This record gives sequence, C-alpha cells and structure tokens, in this order.
Amino acid sequence: MKTDFLQISNGEAIKREKIPHLSFDAFYRDALSIVRVGGKVVHYFAYSDKGATKLMAVLRKDKLKVASCDAPDVYPSMTSQCEPFHMFEREIAEQYAIRPEGHPWLKMVRYHANFLNRPDVFGNDYTQDIPGNIDYYGVDGEEIHEVAVGPVHAGVIEPGHFRFNCIGERVLNLEIQLGYQHRGVEKMLPGVDPKRLPVIVEGIAGDTAVGYGLCMSQAVEALSSLQVDEGAQIIRTIALELERIANHVGDLGALSGDVAFLPPANYFGRMRGDFLNMTLLICGNRFGKGLVRPGGTRFALTEGVRKTLNDRIFELTPQVKHVINLLLTNASVQSRFDDCGAVTQADAEKLGLVGPAGRASGLPYDVRRCFPTGHYGQLNIPGNAKRTGDVHARATVRGEEILQSLDIITTLLGDPVETRSIENRKVSLAPSSFVVTLNEAWRGELSHCILTDADGAILRYKVKDPSFHNWNGLSMALRDTEISDFPLNNKSFNLSYCGVDL
Amino acid sequence: MFNILKNRLDQGYKTTGYPNEKIQLPPRYRGRPRINRQAPAEVIAECAAACPQDAIDVSGTLIDMGRCVFCGTCERISKGRFISFTQDFEISVSEKEHLVTDGGLPALADHSRQHFKKLFGRSLQLRQVSAGGCNACEADLNVLATPFFDLARFGINFVASPRHADGIVVTGPVSNNMKTALLKTFEATASPKVVIAVGSCALTGGPFRGSPEIAEGLDSILPVDLFIPGCPPHPLTNLHALLTFFK
Ligand code: SF4
Repeated sequence: MKTDFLQISNGEAIKREKIPHLSFDAFYRDALSIVRVGGKVVHYFAYSDKGATKLMAVLRKDKLKVASCDAPDVYPSMTSQCEPFHMFEREIAEQYAIRPEGHPWLKMVRYHANFLNRPDVFGNDYTQDIPGNIDYYGVDGEEIHEVAVGPVHAGVIEPGHFRFNCIGERVLNLEIQLGYQHRGVEKMLPGVDPKRLPVIVEGIAGDTAVGYGLCMSQAVEALSSLQVDEGAQIIRTIALELERIANHVGDLGALSGDVAFLPPANYFGRMRGDFLNMTLLICGNRFGKGLVRPGGTRFALTEGVRKTLNDRIFELTPQVKHVINLLLTNASVQSRFDDCGAVTQADAEKLGLVGPAGRASGLPYDVRRCFPTGHYGQLNIPGNAKRTGDVHARATVRGEEILQSLDIITTLLGDPVETRSIENRKVSLAPSSFVVTLNEAWRGELSHCILTDADGAILRYKVKDPSFHNWNGLSMALRDTEISDFPLNNKSFNLSYCGVDL
Repeated sequence: MFNILKNRLDQGYKTTGYPNEKIQLPPRYRGRPRINRQAPAEVIAECAAACPQDAIDVSGTLIDMGRCVFCGTCERISKGRFISFTQDFEISVSEKEHLVTDGGLPALADHSRQHFKKLFGRSLQLRQVSAGGCNACEADLNVLATPFFDLARFGINFVASPRHADGIVVTGPVSNNMKTALLKTFEATASPKVVIAVGSCALTGGPFRGSPEIAEGLDSILPVDLFIPGCPPHPLTNLHALLTFFK
C-alpha cells in the first residue's frame, strides 16, 4: 500500500521539513489506511508552531512512519472507523481543543484546561472535580447496579476512578477515569531549564524511571549527535531488564496475594526488593533514577559491582524459578487464573494493546525485537508462545520475561564493562528537527517524541506511556467477568496512572 | 504441598534486625549530605548552578533536603570538596525548616511529639494517599509490608480506610485533581491524627515545582507532623522515621 507518510527509524533525528506536511484529507486517508490493515498508533498529537496548530502522527507496521498536517478546528473522528485512535483523539481534544466529530466517547482524559485558552471542547470550567460535565458510561435496567471505586483505593497505590455497571456479580462494563495524577508535565517540558529535564522525566512514572530516562536520553542524543559508548549501552540494558524483573516479580507476588496464596506473595515481595537493591548498587537509587543521562550513564560498572551483581543473580535465579513454578503449577491458583478476564486477540488488535498484556493475547510485538536500539540489536529476544489472553496468560508471560531478562543480564555481566561515566551536560539540540524514540519498558512500548524550533529549543515534548494503550484492555478484560475478580485482573495488567496522567 | 514446604526451606528467614542491628547501605546510596562550608566559592557556585532542583543556597552554604532529589550531581561536580553524601539514611525531620541543613540534623526523637508516642506508640494505623506520586514513593512504602522490613511487628500497619486510621501518609506533589480527595481523606480520619509527608514531591513539589497543576508542598494545605526526604526515600528512611517519631 502506498501512502505519503515518511518512513523513519527509532531514535533517528530528521529535519522537520523532511516530514511530509499533507493536506488534512490526505493525512486522514493515509493514517486510516495504514491503521486499518493492522498498523498501530505510536503517537498522534497536536502542537503549536508559529501560531498555527498542527497534527502529527507516528504509526507503525513493520516500519515507523510519520506525517503531519494543519489541524482543523473540527474534523470527522477517525475512532469511529478505527479504534486505536480512541484515546489519542480525546487527548488532542483536551490539549488543543480540536473536536473529532462523531467520536463515540468523547470525554476528557486528564481533566485540565487546554493549552491554548480556547473554548473548552467539553464545556468544563474546571471548578468542579473530575469528571466535570460528562457522565460515566451507564447501563439502563432495573437490575443494574453501579459500583464506584476510587480515586483513593484501599491499597498503597495511585489514585484513579473505576466505575462498574453490573448485573448481580457480573460486570457489563467498566469505565476507567484517570487524571487525578495530572501534574502538567507536557506543558512544563518545553519551557523548563534543560538541567531539569532528566529529573522531571524520571519522575513521570517512577516505576519505569529507567525506561523514561532512556527514551529522553536517546532523543536528546539523536538531536545533539552525542555518541554513547558500548559499555554505557550495556549498563542501560542491564538497568532496563532489572526494572522489568523487579516489576514483574512484584506483580506476580501481588497476584499470589489476591488469590490468597501467601507463600509466593511473600517470597516475591522480598525478591522484588533484592532486584531493586541491585539497581541501588549500580547507581545509588532503587528505581534507577539518576542513572541514564544523554551521552551514557552516570555510573560505571566497576569490577566490584559487577562481581556482586553476578553473585546475587546467581543466587536468586533458582529461587525465582522455584517460586514462579510454585505459583503457576498450583491447582487452586490455576483455577482462579484460568479463563479469568480473557482479552481475545481480535480485541487486543483493535485496542492496540502493547507489552506483556498484548503478548498474552497473542500480539508478538516487542520493541526490543522489532525496533531495537542500543545493545538490543545484538541480543536475541525470544517471542512468547501463543497464549489465551486471560490472567493466567498474563502471569505466564511475565514469568517467562523474568527468566529471559535474567538470562540477558547474566550474559551481559559475563565480561568486564567499560564506560566513562558522564555527568549531566549542556547540549544544544539541532534546530527545526524531529525525533521519536521507542523502548520496550516493562509495561510495553514507551515512546517519547521531541520537536525543536528554529532556535533548537523544545517546541513540543510528547510522552506516551504503554498504559495509554492498555487501560482499555483492562476494561475489556472485565466484560462479563465477576466484579470480585477485578483486583486480580488489575494486578495482571498493573498499569500506570501517573504515566497516563502526565 | 511438598513444593510449598521445599520453597519455604529455600527461602529461610529474611527479616532485618534493624533497628537493633545496624544496616550498611551500598556506597553509591546517597543519604545525609555532608557539607564543607570552606569549599572554594567557585565550586559552590558551580554546584548550585548545576543542581537540577536549585536546592543549594550559596550564601548560607546550605542544602534544602526538601527539594533535593539526591541525584548526586553536586557531589560529583565538586568531587566531594563541597558536598558529599553519607550512607546515613536516618534523615527525617519534624520541622520543615530543619530540611534546610548544613549537613547536621536535629535528633528526630527529641523533636517528636510526646503525646503521639503515648497515643500511637503501641499501635499506629496509617492510610496512604498518593496525590500525584510517581509510584516510586508508594512502592517503597508498600515494601515495608514485605518480610524483610515486616512493619507489622512494630504495631504499624497501612489500612484500607481513613476511618480505621490514626493518620495519613501523603506522597506526590498534590495535583489539583487530587486535592479534594486528599482533603476528604484527611477529614475522614479520626482525630487526633498525624500527617506524614513522604518524598521530595510532597515536601516541596519536587521535580514538578513551578507547575500550576500542583501545590508546592503538602504543608501549604495540611499541617504536617513528619517530613521524610528522598526521591524516593529509602524504605529504611521511612522505617526509621516511623519508629523514632512514634515509638
Ligand atoms: S544531590 Fe540534591 S543538592 Fe545535589 S545536585 Fe542533586 S538535587 Fe541538587
């Protein structure tokens, strides 16, 4: 299929003038035609450029593609024809007051006034609390009851609102309303003193600090032609995989807790700490904050650290294997996990699910394999066996990924790693340029996009957390599921609130 | 069953002896800062200029641990000549002005409120509210319930409802969209109650200071009894603060 979109690479800076600036009609036609035949939306956002508002889309099939166009005030919604645009169109309406006419569920995403002081698309003046002027999705009928949960939840977790429409115990629909964590990140980033950039970006979603640091650093490196030495690439890979392991291990523990199988809940809880402590050993922060910076890493892997890491991985690997095995072979666990909250492959496709949740539903996409950067090009990331899309599948995929990541780290720690550690440095970004970076963070495709203006200042910094795709997967999983299985499903996805709320 | 028992033996006993035994954190961990007030002026100025959090006061040679995210930039730039970070994780304070420090910190135990010790010394139930937190502070509070820290052995628990709680633990820079929910949670907590601010964001807005979507510091909204610095605070910092302040 021929379109006017330009093919680009992950982490490659290009001049903005090279990006095809299409008529809206051509943009619309091409974007739809790519996504209709299995393409996915990586980014679709609006930005202001010299007083004009423009739209830009980065799409992926086997390659990444980009194009832009002038934004109309109102346009026919793409979502009504092609689901993966759903959240993106809502975000654009909220940030830049551009209305997608005919959008099936045009509701705000984060609940804030738009960036341009234009009349609000949703008719909100932001004096009320979320959800403002728009109701939750409702189901009519005498026997229907609604359950409202949050924003403050029972556990030590982030806030969000969940609205269930149920008949008896059965959930007919779950609507998830986020926005409570909104800190105004995208509005802040363009104007901020560059020395603050890494710290802000790592604070967008602290459980993915390495992934966020990596996306930002690779983008800045591309725009300033900074080279990263091989040692730093290896340390980054180790850190990203440690982040993946720590989170997956923690979530398997939470899943065990939710089915009241307490031994693995406790073991996983403890071992998660052991993995966070490895990151602490490398960079002094359990979440890897402060490790990745444009140009490399701030900490080298000394021989002492490498040896300690090796010993710990060696000691923990069998323990992790045994506890995963304990969890996933237990009959009573299986009876709770099996067939619970299944998302079919067809639905996963339409929603554009990414990461382990997508892989559990049979979508093999993994940025590490499909668009590798850094050291990943030299690694062989195995695919997952085809899975059933339920809680069991999501738990199994996470278990598999823990073992794969342990393998990767063991291999990388086999030889001494040399890098010259760097400090945050002043860089000048190429003017009038564009870059998009993607990384397979532990929840899936994390992507940042930077546009610079004619002076090399950041014109637009777009962040997309994998959870932006996957929250609707959780809603889908809950359809026709018992409401008491919500915690289990929620943990099997464990999506980010702050990553979406920005 | 056999598998469960085998795993149990595998895992052994892992709970820390802290606070009775000392714990040594790894050398790269950055805890309480040590400040050399005699450092050359240009070194101090360079650190202050590079600090992403603008946490360094040049004229007073002080560091604001409420703003600081413990990134270590100043330590590295000054090669330890101005600021160096120790492995001392016992860095919480009960008065906000104590966060601005020349490296010395008042003993928290001396500043804790005696009636809190009397009321909550044997049992303290806390409700956690994340108000714009990035999930790092939340995670390192959550971890206190795991076997290594085992918070419950001290009579301290995180509970599911403010109605069951003696106080709230707040993380995050208090986003505008969470403010009402936070205040309602505070109201729903029975008096007398404590308020604990955890992490750079809750202390000063953290990395997000300057954004109109947040409050810069929980103490601008609620009376805070205990300030726990860090980005995020190490679980042991949280544990130390809770034990010293209430026990
Ligand atoms: S460690 Fe704290 S004071 Fe030092 S540069 Fe980082 S944020 Fe600033």
